Amino acid sequence: MGRYVLRRLLQLVPVFLGTTFLIYVLVWAIPGDPFAGKCGDRPCPDAYVSAMRDKFNLDDNIFSQYVQYLGNLVRGDFGETFSGIQVSELIANAYPITIRLALIALAIEALIGLAAGIYTGLKGGGFLDNLVLISTLFLVAVPVFVTGYVIQTFLGLRLGLISPTVSADAPFSELIVPGFVLGSLSMAYVTRLTRTSIAENQKADYVRTAVAKGLAPRRVIGVHLLRNSAIPVITFLGTDLGALMGGAIVTEGIFNIRGIGGLVFRAIVTKEGVTVTGVVVLLVIVYLLMNLLVDVVYAVLDPRIRLD
Amino acid sequence: MGGGKVVNALFSGLVDYRAENAEPYNVMAESIETTDSKVYTITLKEGWTFHDGTPVTSQSYIDAWNFVAYSPNGQQNASFLSQIQGFADVNTADPDGAEGPEQAPQPAATEMSGLRAIDDRTFEVTLSAPFSVFPTTLGYRAFAPLPEAFFTDQAAWEANPIGNGPFRFVSRQPGVNIVVERWDEWKGEEKPSIGGVEFRFYESPDAAYADVIANNLDYLEAIPSSALVGQLFETDLPERSVNQTYLGNTTITFPLYDPKYQNPQLRQAISLAIDRAAVNDTVYNGLRVPADGYIPPSLDGYIAGQCGDLCAFDPARAKQLFDSTGFTGPIEISSNVDGAGNQEAFQAVCVSITNALGVPCNFVPVPTFGEFRTTINAFQATTIFRTGWVADYPSIENFLNPLYKTNASSNDGQYSNPQVDALLAQADAAPSTEAGIALYQEAERAVLKDMPAVPLFYSTVQAGWSDRLQNVTTTQFRELDLASVTVSE
Repeated sequence: MGRYVLRRLLQLVPVFLGTTFLIYVLVWAIPGDPFAGKCGDRPCPDAYVSAMRDKFNLDDNIFSQYVQYLGNLVRGDFGETFSGIQVSELIANAYPITIRLALIALAIEALIGLAAGIYTGLKGGGFLDNLVLISTLFLVAVPVFVTGYVIQTFLGLRLGLISPTVSADAPFSELIVPGFVLGSLSMAYVTRLTRTSIAENQKADYVRTAVAKGLAPRRVIGVHLLRNSAIPVITFLGTDLGALMGGAIVTEGIFNIRGIGGLVFRAIVTKEGVTVTGVVVLLVIVYLLMNLLVDVVYAVLDPRIRLD
Repeated sequence: MGGGKVVNALFSGLVDYRAENAEPYNVMAESIETTDSKVYTITLKEGWTFHDGTPVTSQSYIDAWNFVAYSPNGQQNASFLSQIQGFADVNTADPDGAEGPEQAPQPAATEMSGLRAIDDRTFEVTLSAPFSVFPTTLGYRAFAPLPEAFFTDQAAWEANPIGNGPFRFVSRQPGVNIVVERWDEWKGEEKPSIGGVEFRFYESPDAAYADVIANNLDYLEAIPSSALVGQLFETDLPERSVNQTYLGNTTITFPLYDPKYQNPQLRQAISLAIDRAAVNDTVYNGLRVPADGYIPPSLDGYIAGQCGDLCAFDPARAKQLFDSTGFTGPIEISSNVDGAGNQEAFQAVCVSITNALGVPCNFVPVPTFGEFRTTINAFQATTIFRTGWVADYPSIENFLNPLYKTNASSNDGQYSNPQVDALLAQADAAPSTEAGIALYQEAERAVLKDMPAVPLFYSTVQAGWSDRLQNVTTTQFRELDLASVTVSE
């Protein structure tokens, strides 16, 4: 197990280098001069552009820029934006909020998704099963921004039950509704995944054996059935946390959450490669660690994987 | 635009503009005197200090202006000081442009020869040529004074800016907000009644709009386009919104460096072929104002119908003029499409042109403003393109000199007409503002005849506020007037 984890951690290094390099080059490959739109409808003065190009090494070739950037990054220096704000400060402000939002979304999709999936998987075919099937189909079909705006308008503006936006501190209580919006799509997937998995495994030999041994139904379902059925769901939830952290741009925009999504979106638009790369580096690390965690959980859930 | 309103809260210049009509009046200046529009003697009012208690003196102004003008400092606003004598000695141009390998030569001097302190409260500004509008320009942010603290430790000052304005810096959180509080020792006349301001940055205009309706946000300076449809904002914010013109316009400019567009009759024909009112109604819900010249209606010097017949919709005359030019090939108009309504508006303009002239007009979208400006700044446009202008300071001069003078800083189409240049120079040198305005108007008429840029719309601002605010005035610069607004709990 220890060697397995170590090997996975070492794999971080090439993936880290590859992604950061690609992102850095791609951001700077966006056509258009980063300073062309900075001064409104007038061109920026040459002296200003020269000073900025100097400061951000933009006159060096892209590889040398990347190496200089990476050198600073390894020393923990994320660089600064064109307006002189430390990128590390931006990330430090935005990351906790996005993590909170993603965890809430994950909790909502895991709790509601698993519960609905287990219930309908065990008792397929009834009214509730059909209701869940139709409502999940609906959630999958409707884009996130529609769900978001509808909820914001009705609950926030018309009924006044929630604040239509999230304040700067973004406490847990204010993030529940946006978290629900963000997690709604995955919640539908988790429900269906669990339902199928449970329905299939219910007919498996080991379940029959467990029942034949005279175990209580609660134990058959809770330990034997659920443990095996959880594997595909855990895979999905694990990678989804990574996706939630990076993909929250729409939800964060609607509810005015100052998280990573909006930060990276603004940085791409203003061609601030330094910010984009800094955020993406962290996203890559989250993804890889989540994958690692998923693999470890597999091994715990299914001894056959551990003993391989 | 965005950061400017914070600067305006933190700093008071020699001059400011009235909220309702942008008329300039003295703030820190006791008097600005000249006999020849070339040498100005400026006297400061007594007793003004910066937020750190140090006095604002003539030197505070002179040092700040020299800092902004000195090109190695790389200041965006340096060009605003270019009228002052000696500017060329402190601000050198890069011989091959900013992106070229060559560096700009080191300036010969660090201080402009045209600035001279007489005593702590009086200084003299000599311009390189007469410029009657100069006192009006002094309200622009580039002319703000800076305290000693700025020059001794710039990094510390940037972390905690010290100004001399009605509000004092408290804190900022990047991407979230900037907080300022009222500074009670401020010596100006229009003292604000509000205790302070939190400038908030929103992830999207729609989120900000939702917060205004819910009274979580007090003032929103631009209603998002989703709420302009069917004037929805007037229902959502009853008695809490405004729709007014401000000092800006939208035009389409011809790249005159491309031989295709050199016939003025072609440009006039295109102006005549555009049904401005129809485009305004279908795309902007009738919220903009069709343009009849370059100068916005709320500006001193505006004359209704300055453009004459040339800005009227006259498809028959347009077709006749167009056919006489022998122009072949499709007409192409480009715009960035990351601004609200740009794509729809210019598609509609093209439809109008196609119908009137019987020649296909194609809209060429450019994804981002940055990309769009790159082509225009490099004078590489091959199509007609969208341009817009927002006044830096409220003067008719600001809508002409930077845009239509030969080689001017924002002359995107490289328009050049010696007669216009002469008129503008004459207007600059006029002994009084009134005499200057008449000459600028004459120059405007001459430019319009050449039609290097087709006037389309005067800009309007739609702003909304919470029900906590009273006495809301939206200035001619699209900002909330912080001096007059009051808040109830």
